[in-house]
Amino acid sequence: MTLSAGFTNPVADAQACFRSVLDAMARPGRIHTITGIVAPAPLCEATAAVLLTLADHETPLWLDSSTKAARDWIAFHTGAAIVPADRSTFGVALALPDLAGFPNGTDEMPETAATIIVQVDSLEAGQRFVLAGPGLREPAILAVTGLPPDFAALWQRNHALFPRGIDLILCAGVRLTALPRSVSIKDA
Amino acid sequence: MKGYNFAYLDEQTKRMIRRALLKAVAIPGHQVPFGSREMPLPYGWGTGGIQVTASILGAADVLKVIDQGADDTTNAVSIRRFFARTAGVATTTATAEATVIQTRHRIPEKQLREDQIIVYQVPQPEPLFRLESSRIETKRMQGLADYGLMHVKLYEDVARFGQISISYDYPVMVNERYLMSPSPIPAFDNPKMDMMPALQLFGAGREKRIYAIPPWTRVRSLDFDDHPFRTINAPHPCGLCGATDSYLDEVVTDDRGGRLFVCSDTDHCAERRAAGHVGTDGFQEAAE
Repeated sequence: MTLSAGFTNPVADAQACFRSVLDAMARPGRIHTITGIVAPAPLCEATAAVLLTLADHETPLWLDSSTKAARDWIAFHTGAAIVPADRSTFGVALALPDLAGFPNGTDEMPETAATIIVQVDSLEAGQRFVLAGPGLREPAILAVTGLPPDFAALWQRNHALFPRGIDLILCAGVRLTALPRSVSIKDA
Repeated sequence: MKGYNFAYLDEQTKRMIRRALLKAVAIPGHQVPFGSREMPLPYGWGTGGIQVTASILGAADVLKVIDQGADDTTNAVSIRRFFARTAGVATTTATAEATVIQTRHRIPEKQLREDQIIVYQVPQPEPLFRLESSRIETKRMQGLADYGLMHVKLYEDVARFGQISISYDYPVMVNERYLMSPSPIPAFDNPKMDMMPALQLFGAGREKRIYAIPPWTRVRSLDFDDHPFRTINAPHPCGLCGATDSYLDEVVTDDRGGRLFVCSDTDHCAERRAAGHVGTDGFQEAAE
């Protein structure tokens, strides 16, 4: 069995991907495009790039069962332990998992909450959401295909925990964006 | 760049700092612990800011470093050189040209843009540390948003001096949740943090904490209805460029009481002088 490579240029590509995620986290819903990677199925380029950028042996991972085919690639390139959701630092899923299954931090250490990388079908069209909160001068619109129809309600439960709560990174193809716990989401 | 990884830090350390930065941005104003590394200069010289800058910097970035507003002081020059050498990035002194600005104790006078990131060097990230010495206790207070102690301190200032007597490191509330130290910038700069278009990142190397303010986030300086927050500045125009709206440094010029008030932001002052503005102690710039 052969594994495909990671980043073409590990240092520069990881930096570029990180700046995309940082900007998306700072300006929720802003879409960024990543380059420099061939992703192992069933992961898309953005999901694979975010994993290589942020995960390593210090970050236990939870993988949803549908990502099984990419498990060896992830294990080889990140060295992260695969753990149950409630002990994970990062989650990777092809459909939004139950957020309640992940650590959402404590009042004193809200930073220990998990970040879930959710691979969706599209970040260009689909269900429309209105985002508001820190990072947004005025409410922004995000269109996503691949989140549950009642996502706004599910998110509200997470957002209400602030400063605790889960942060999401949404990936579709080479595109990504982020939804930090601080953002409020309504159906458009 | 021979002998170094890009931007000095190894990739493992960068990943750790990057994860802390993302959590810091997701929880505006909250101090996230990180594994601060030993740097080739001592704690207290901006190691927190340097580690944050090293973790975000890319080859295409243009770096500006200021120390108390000045581009030409020791700390600013050595940090700028450090990154020119270890990352090979372009550096500048012009605020408008920079994509990343690392600062010690000032915010540039020029309004920052959406495509810029400002990195603050922070000596003491915990605003409550002079009021409560136990880190366990201040962490709990932050967790419960219990900031009564700070309000009592401000009230005692008013009772004793008739005003809130904090001229720098003036505590702020971020997004109406976390009490935050803005680092020892003059209170004059506090209003610039409110709804700033640029991302603001804070690194405290010795104290091993990172925190952040996303763009367009409410930052409110603590005050009372009957003693509203106000900024203090020397009641003079800049001696060199005549600016009346910039933060001024007082420079003693002789031993007979002579003094000169000049812009602390050297780039701002130079730009104004180049545009033909002259203060009472200045001289017309020679045409180039």
